[in-house]
Amino acid sequence: MATKGERILEVRDLVKHFPLTQGIVMKRQIGAIKAVDGVSFDLDRGETLGIVGESGCGKSTLAKVLMALERPTSGSVMINGKDIAKARGAELKRMRRNIQMVMQDPYTSLNPRMTVGDIIGEPYDIHTEVAPKGDRARKVQELLEVVGLNPDHINRYPHQFSGGQRQRIGIARGLALQPEVIVCDEPVSALDVSIQAQVINLLERLQNEFNLAYIFIAHDLSVVRHISDRVAVMYLGKVVEIGNDVDIYDKPAHPYAQALLSAVPVPDPEGREQRERIILQGDPPSPANPPSGCRFRTRCWKAQEICATEEPLLQIRPGTTHESACHFAETHDVVHVN
Amino acid sequence: MSKTSLDELPAEGGRGNGPLLDVDNLHVEFATRAGVVRAVNGVSYSLNPGETVAVLGESGSGKSVTAQAIMGILDVPPARIPQGEVRFHGTDLLKLSEEARTQVRGQRIAMIFQDALSALNPVFTVGWQISEMFRVHRGMSKRDGMKKAVELMDKVRIPAAKQRVNDYPHQFSGGMRQRIMIAMAIALDPEVLIADEPTTALDVTVQAQIMELLAELQRESNMGMILITHDLGVVADVADKIAVMYAGRIVENASVHDIYKAPAHPYTKGLLESIPRVDLKGHELYAIKGLPPNLLDMPTGCAFHPRCPYRQDDCVTDAPPLYEIGGTRNSACHYWREVLDGDQG
Ligand SMILES: Nc1ncnc2c1ncn2[C@@H]1O[C@H](COP(=O)(O)OP(=O)(O)OP(=O)(O)O)[C@@H](O)[C@H]1O
Ligand SMILES: Nc1ncnc2c1ncn2[C@@H]1O[C@H](COP(=O)(O)OP(=O)(O)O)[C@@H](O)[C@H]1O
Ligand code: SF4
Ligand code: SF4
Ligand SMILES: [Mg+2]
Ligand SMILES: [Mg+2]
Repeated sequence: MATKGERILEVRDLVKHFPLTQGIVMKRQIGAIKAVDGVSFDLDRGETLGIVGESGCGKSTLAKVLMALERPTSGSVMINGKDIAKARGAELKRMRRNIQMVMQDPYTSLNPRMTVGDIIGEPYDIHTEVAPKGDRARKVQELLEVVGLNPDHINRYPHQFSGGQRQRIGIARGLALQPEVIVCDEPVSALDVSIQAQVINLLERLQNEFNLAYIFIAHDLSVVRHISDRVAVMYLGKVVEIGNDVDIYDKPAHPYAQALLSAVPVPDPEGREQRERIILQGDPPSPANPPSGCRFRTRCWKAQEICATEEPLLQIRPGTTHESACHFAETHDVVHVN
Repeated sequence: MSKTSLDELPAEGGRGNGPLLDVDNLHVEFATRAGVVRAVNGVSYSLNPGETVAVLGESGSGKSVTAQAIMGILDVPPARIPQGEVRFHGTDLLKLSEEARTQVRGQRIAMIFQDALSALNPVFTVGWQISEMFRVHRGMSKRDGMKKAVELMDKVRIPAAKQRVNDYPHQFSGGMRQRIMIAMAIALDPEVLIADEPTTALDVTVQAQIMELLAELQRESNMGMILITHDLGVVADVADKIAVMYAGRIVENASVHDIYKAPAHPYTKGLLESIPRVDLKGHELYAIKGLPPNLLDMPTGCAFHPRCPYRQDDCVTDAPPLYEIGGTRNSACHYWREVLDGDQG
C-alpha cells in the first residue's frame, strides 16, 4: 500500500456551469448557473479535507465533478497524476474504481428492491476483475463485517435496516472496489445524534485501516472539525478560505468564514449571553448572477469600493497563516472570544 | 366526563394558578395494522410565560405527536389519548368541546412546523394566507387583513414586504418561508408558541437569523415557547428548561444549566458525550451503542436498558417512574444518583 502523505488528488481551476435556458421547443441559452467557479485544492493519502458552506454553494456539484458523474466546464481533477475529467471509456472506468462516494440520504440512496448483497456487490458487475463471480458473496460478507453489520443479513432488503445501518451499507458499497479516495456528501446529516457518532467512528477506523483519503462535505461544523485535517470554506461556487482545522476554526480570516462559525450554536449554555454572533442578513445571491469583484460583498460588513471591482484571490494574506480570498483578511477568533 | 367550557379559561393575558401550560402524564396511541403503537407513554412538562422549554429527543421519540396532542390536531382515530391532561391556565384542553378548542388553537396556542413549504398552501399568496388569520378570527375585511399581513411580514423582516405580499410560497427561499410561517403563527398574539424543528432544514446562518427573530418576538410579547429539536447546540443557546424524550417517555426534566453540567439520566449523558469536542480530536467519539427501540416491541422494564451502561438487574423488570430529584428536576432512572455523580456503571 502507498504511504501516507503522498499526493493522491490535485484539483485545479475547476469550473462547472449549468446552462440556463429559455423556451421549450427552441431552447436558447440565456445564461449559466455558476455552481462551481474556479476551485483548486490538493488531497494526500490518508488525509481528510472537510468542505463547508451554505446550501447551494456548490458542494454537491463539486463532489459530482470529482467523481466524473458530471463533466466540468473547464479545469482538471488529477487522480494519481491522471485527469479523470478528460478520461474516457476503459480508462475512465479504471479511474473510477479509485474514487467512490457515500451519499447523504440513507433512506433514498439504496434501491429498495435489491438485497443488501446485490447493492454492495453491484460495483463488481462493472468491475468484474475485482471479484470473480464465485468470490462475490464472500467479499460482500467481508465488507458487511468491516462496517459492523451481520454478514448473515446479506439477503435482507434496505427497509429491514435502520438509518444508521443503511448508511453502513452505503459505506460498504463505497469500499467494495478498494478505492483510495472516498467522497462523503453529508454522510451523517440524516442520522440521529446517537447514531452519528457510530458512523463517524466507523469512517475514521476505515481510514486508518485502509489509508483512505476523504472529501468530507457536511453542514455540522463540529463534526467536520472532528474528522478533518484541513477544511475548505465555500461561498457561491468558490473556496474563500482553506487551511488546517486549527487555522479555520481558531483563526478564521475571511468575514464569511467568521460569520459561518459564529452562527454555529455551541452545545454549552455557560456564557451564552456573552457569545459573539455575526448574523448575516438576507440570503446568498443567485449563482446565475454573482456579484462583481468579491462575491460576498453584498452581505459583508467590511466591504469597500475595491471589493466591487477587484476579485480577491485565494492566497496567504499579511498577518494570517493560511489562504483566504479577502482584500481585508484579518484573523479573528469568533468562537472563543468572550 | 363533562365538557368544560371555554369560560373557565381566564381571558387573554389573565393568569390562572400554576403554569401557563402543563402537560401531565400524557399518553397517545395509534391503531395500526401491525398493532397498537404507543407513541407517547407518559409525557409531563410545564411552561411558564416568557419561558422556553426545549423538547429534545431522536427521531420517532414522540416529540411531534406530543405537540399535535397539545394543539388538538391529531387524527382521532387512528390516534387515541387513553390517559393524561394538557392544562392551559389550569383547564384541561382535552376535555374541551371542539368549538372551544378551535378558539384556543391558532389564537392562544400556535404552532410552526419543520417543513414550511408543505405547511403553506401553494395556490394562495402568502399575504392571503397571513391575512386569513385576521379575516377568520377577527372578522377583518380583506383590505385591512392585507395591511396587517404586510405589517407582519415587515416584523419578521421579509425585505420589501409590500411588494412581496402577493407572491406565492415557492417564490421565497426556505428561510423566508419559515419567516412567513412565523408571521402566521404570531399573527393573533398567542400565549404559547410550539416550534417543531423550525430550523432543521435550514443552514446555520439562516438558523441563526430565525432563532434571533423568535427570541426577539418572545421578549416583546412574553409568550412561552416549546422548542422541539434534536440539536444540542440550539438547546444550549436558547432554552430555559429541557425535557428529554426517549421512546415516547420523558426521561429527564431539568434546567438547561443543570443538564449540561450534570445530566441525571444515562441517555442524556450519552447524548452529551457523543458531541465532538475539540480537545478530543483524534480520539473515538463516545457512541451510545445499539439502536432506539421499535415501539411495537418495547423492551421490558426501562426502555433504555438494552443500551444502558448503568443497567442493573431490576432495570430489565421494573420500569422507572419519573423520580423527583430535587427542585424541579426529574429523572426516569433508578440509578440517577450514580449518573449524577458520574460513576460509570
Ligand atoms: N398517524 C400515525 N400512525 C401510526 N404511528 C404514528 C403516527 N404518527 C406518528 N406515529 C409514530 O409515533 C412515533 C412518534 O412520532 P413523532 O412524529 O412524534 O416523532 P418525533 O419525535 O417528532 O420524531 P422526528 O424527530 O423524526 O420528527 C413514531 O414511531 C411514529 O412512527
Ligand atoms: N443539474 C443542475 N442543473 C442546474 N442547476 C444545478 C444543477 N445541479 C445543481 N445546480 C445548481 O447549482 C448550485 C449549487 O448546487 P449544489 O452543488 O447542489 O449545492 P450544495 O451541495 O452546496 O448545496 C445551486 O444553485 C443549484 O441549484
Ligand atoms: S473582499 Fe471585501 S467584500 Fe469580500 S470578504 Fe473581503 S472585505 Fe468583504
Ligand atoms: S433505569 Fe436502569 S436501564 Fe434505565 S436508564 Fe436507569 S440505569 Fe439505565
Ligand atoms: Mg448538497
Ligand atoms: Mg417530529
